[in-house]
Amino acid sequence: MVPMVANDGEFHGPAIGEFFPEPLWFVGTPFEINRIMLVRFIAVAALLLLFWLGTRRMKVVPGRFQSLIEMGLDLVRVNIAYDLLGKKDGTRFLPVITTAFFMVLFMNITGIIPGLNIAGSSVIGVPLVLAVVAYVCFIYAGVKKSPKNFFRNALFPPGVPSGLYMIVTPIEFFATFVIRPVTLTLRLMMNMIVGHLMLVLFFSATQFFLFQLDGPLKLFGAGTLAFGFVFTLFEILVAVLQAYVFALLTAVYIQLAVAEEH
Amino acid sequence: MLNALLSTASESGGSGTEHSPLIPEVYDLVWSAVCFIVILFFFWKLVLPRVKKLLDDRSAAIEGNIAKADEAQRKAEAALEQYTAQLADARAEAGRIRETAREDGKKIVADARDTATAEAARVTATAHAQIEAERQSALVSLRAEVGTLAISLASGVLGESLTDDKKATAVVDRFLAELETSDSPSARPRVGSGSTK
Repeated sequence: MVPMVANDGEFHGPAIGEFFPEPLWFVGTPFEINRIMLVRFIAVAALLLLFWLGTRRMKVVPGRFQSLIEMGLDLVRVNIAYDLLGKKDGTRFLPVITTAFFMVLFMNITGIIPGLNIAGSSVIGVPLVLAVVAYVCFIYAGVKKSPKNFFRNALFPPGVPSGLYMIVTPIEFFATFVIRPVTLTLRLMMNMIVGHLMLVLFFSATQFFLFQLDGPLKLFGAGTLAFGFVFTLFEILVAVLQAYVFALLTAVYIQLAVAEEH
Repeated sequence: MLNALLSTASESGGSGTEHSPLIPEVYDLVWSAVCFIVILFFFWKLVLPRVKKLLDDRSAAIEGNIAKADEAQRKAEAALEQYTAQLADARAEAGRIRETAREDGKKIVADARDTATAEAARVTATAHAQIEAERQSALVSLRAEVGTLAISLASGVLGESLTDDKKATAVVDRFLAELETSDSPSARPRVGSGSTK
């Protein structure tokens, strides 16, 4: 992260422009690469390397590293996929749910890695692509299972007096087919954007207090630095939590689509 | 509030062109999709099959161990059963041998008793026969003796020699016949009474 404080003695807060840095290569093409895209590539490379090494020679009795990798994969497989979807559907959608979880996790965590300092998922592309994948998955799952059941459950929930369907059906349609992907996208993106802005704010304020101001005001720098440190820890939690929530909601939507009745 | 934050952030943005974080750029979508597809195929085709194989191996190993333990237990139980059966066989065998020995003993005792009884009977019979033979010979010799004695006594008494053997024998025989008839208890009193008259 480039320090946001120019040496002109004035404080510059964090800006949204940080999420649209100068393009580096392929300028103007659909394959334009800027700093955030590079951060994503690094996250993907790290993910591939870690899991390739972790699953290269898997032993029945695992070592430390393999245990760690297995623990991560088990979290998704058992606690999300199998618990919500059961063994059969859980196995069917496991690749998508696993990908959602680890892609979000690795792209989130770059936000606090020194030198990268921005979450790969803080630009709308990643959350949007994953939300579209979840959207396609749950509609596919529902339609494949039973189109009649799926649309009846989604649009005409049972147990509602028939007169109320005039109100309920548009609401249900909106909630299921519009709100779900939008909330998935925005929840993740906004968490990452705000987390980044907060960190920038704290650390640029620290820089400002320590180096631009004189006298006792420098003490404020210690306070903002402490806040920045705590917030960095908080961002680790948020990164894991958002990945978990994203994968969980993907699974929940698929589960609601394949459920007989709800 | 979030919108306000974002708009102020946008306004103070330094990189010139206005960007809304909500409008995706094409390159953003392209690279996000590429990342997604790479990771999806990586997990789908490489990592998850490896993990699945591992889990299968692991459950197979666990089941194999359980099967091995079952096998061992079954073997131990079979051995125990076999030993128990052998022990029971041995006991039955011992009992049978004891029973046979008892039977044999009884038979031997009975045989010995029978033999002894037969021997005793035989000895008794021999003795009886011997006694009878001796009695007979005594009787014969006695008869001869008594005859001679009586003849000589009678010769003496009658003063006449009964030397004529034919006559003497006849006399003796008659005498003895009379003696035998008088020996029988019914004849005795009549002879007695007859002789007294």
